[in-house]
Amino acid sequence: MNIYIDAEKCTGCQLCVKACPYSAIQMAEGLATITEACTLCGGCVSVCPVDAIIWEAPAVEEVDTSDYQGVWVIGEVGEDGLAGVTWELLGKGRELAEDLNTELSLVVLGDEAGELAQKAAQSGPDRVFYAEDPALACYRTGTYTDVISGLINKHKPEIVLFGATEQGRDLAPRIAVRIKTGLTADCTGLEIDPEERLLVQTRPAFGGNIMARIITRNHRPQMATVRPRVMQRLQSQPEHGAEIVEVPVSFNETSIMTRIIDIAHDEAAGQVNLQDAEIIVSGGRGLKKPENFAIIRELADALGAVVGASRPTVDDGWIAPYHQVGQTGSTVQPRLYIACGISGAVQHLAGMSGADCIVAINSDPAAPIFEVAHYGIVGDVFEVVPALTEIVREELGSG
Amino acid sequence: MDIVVCIKQVPDTSEVSIDPETNTLVREGVPSIINPYDENAIEVGLQLKEEHGGTVTALSMGPPQAEEALRQALAMGCDEAILISDRAFAGSDTLATSYVLAEAIRKVDSYDLIICGKQAFDGDTAQVGPGIAEQLGIPQATYAVDVKVDENRIAVKRLLAGSFETIEMKLPALITADKHMNVPRHAGLRGVMAARKKEIPTWTLEDIEADPEKCGLSGSPTTVVEIFPPQRSHKTERLEGEAQQVARQLVEKLREAQLL
Repeated sequence: MNIYIDAEKCTGCQLCVKACPYSAIQMAEGLATITEACTLCGGCVSVCPVDAIIWEAPAVEEVDTSDYQGVWVIGEVGEDGLAGVTWELLGKGRELAEDLNTELSLVVLGDEAGELAQKAAQSGPDRVFYAEDPALACYRTGTYTDVISGLINKHKPEIVLFGATEQGRDLAPRIAVRIKTGLTADCTGLEIDPEERLLVQTRPAFGGNIMARIITRNHRPQMATVRPRVMQRLQSQPEHGAEIVEVPVSFNETSIMTRIIDIAHDEAAGQVNLQDAEIIVSGGRGLKKPENFAIIRELADALGAVVGASRPTVDDGWIAPYHQVGQTGSTVQPRLYIACGISGAVQHLAGMSGADCIVAINSDPAAPIFEVAHYGIVGDVFEVVPALTEIVREELGSG
Repeated sequence: MDIVVCIKQVPDTSEVSIDPETNTLVREGVPSIINPYDENAIEVGLQLKEEHGGTVTALSMGPPQAEEALRQALAMGCDEAILISDRAFAGSDTLATSYVLAEAIRKVDSYDLIICGKQAFDGDTAQVGPGIAEQLGIPQATYAVDVKVDENRIAVKRLLAGSFETIEMKLPALITADKHMNVPRHAGLRGVMAARKKEIPTWTLEDIEADPEKCGLSGSPTTVVEIFPPQRSHKTERLEGEAQQVARQLVEKLREAQLL
């Protein structure tokens, strides 16, 4: 192992014991001892007040990173044109490219990718690569991995960004393994370390309870999936004209490993599309019984919002699982999240603390949900929620 | 059909609390559990075995105490469990982890289907499942909620935002199980007793014939340079008074902030 405790320096304060996420530090004869459970995550190093934890990163062979240039965004196609997350990645990508004094490229795949490339070329990137083929009409892991890995190997970008969407999280790890480079999942922050010309990637872990900064020092490209709705969209630059590069591709349908049999828009699941919701009204155990979700639905209807739920209400069968917000449910980033009768267990907070504005309504003033709320109302949900519904209907003239 | 389920032992984050004074995690006494999505993975593996025959083997890469998670997998009904453990694996990122697990899977007698949980509770990366599939060069279906096996093909229903996609793949293949796939069974007393007697072999670097350069820190392109508690950038504004009054106040505030 490459981590050890300097017995001369250790004061036995036990801060590292508390900080270790894997319970891998124990006290022995008044000193901290690292056990076999250590995963070398390094979480303890920074908490030691006397620098007694020595963490030696292994010497890795230096690779020539100067061969790699440019920032790439892997585009995602939505129902009408490029998905919102792609514009967000282009916005962030432009910043990174400016900091690195390099170019920003977009990659688009699809059966009508040429048209999308033409449109996108007018509004931001310096270059658009597109591959157009009927076999690329719908996202498939195999075809997309092949095309994009090939492009990366040929053109050697230094940074490649994907949306941390279902597609991006399915695709990016495949490409990372294919080209043997690092990938950081679900980033909420990206910046350039100008001295080392490195991408510093910030991401939440442990259900959002800790944040980690991660770098890919000796491998290229540096790849990340980026959470939707975190980065600012690229502002359209009308004067801008990008170079458009068609990527010739061909497929043999019989050699493609997967076939899409069916895509069904599920009404139940579709109506509770929490991930794209602008406003979410969620109910928890404080509603006391399943029927009382009615007051949540009424408020949601008045606001044009989607109904969310905490894990205990789903586990007890009060509401369908698709409504669940939290670590085992959906991670959501609405503009407005109204939590009604939800105490705010860590696993719930992990799924919704990224909302722009959080309103908490709970009768318990000590409920943890108030720690993350922008507006907190200590009160009876059965009084406050219907009152809110009424005022919203009046004011917005809806319902 | 022969099935390999990859599981991970994780700290139970639902038991984790935040120290309000230091704003850091209180992890003392936090129990270790099988990653919840991995229980869905075990469950679907067992159901497929019940329907089609064959075996279910649970693999876990981790420190020696990950044996507890494997013991639980045996109690649920897995036929075999193997611990993949070696000092050389410590510090593995998702690339190195998927390499080690793929090398271990190559050493398993035979496999038609590999099942992982959708993602792990501690890291939440969702990268190891697709990573293993890529290492082995087999197709994958993530976010699976339903599967049907017919001879050497598998149809997988995937839950995406607002829609279901059904894809068909040739076996061997890898799927990652969503929570909505099933309700994992509880291990019965008989299962627990039987699991206690079973031997759980430990496979080391040497056993799986892995390249030490591709494992652990040396096989990991990513480096964690800093860990810090999340910053709460805002204060909570408490609204007080009668229900009508606070409701009106709130609506005004939200309108001012252009949220309504």
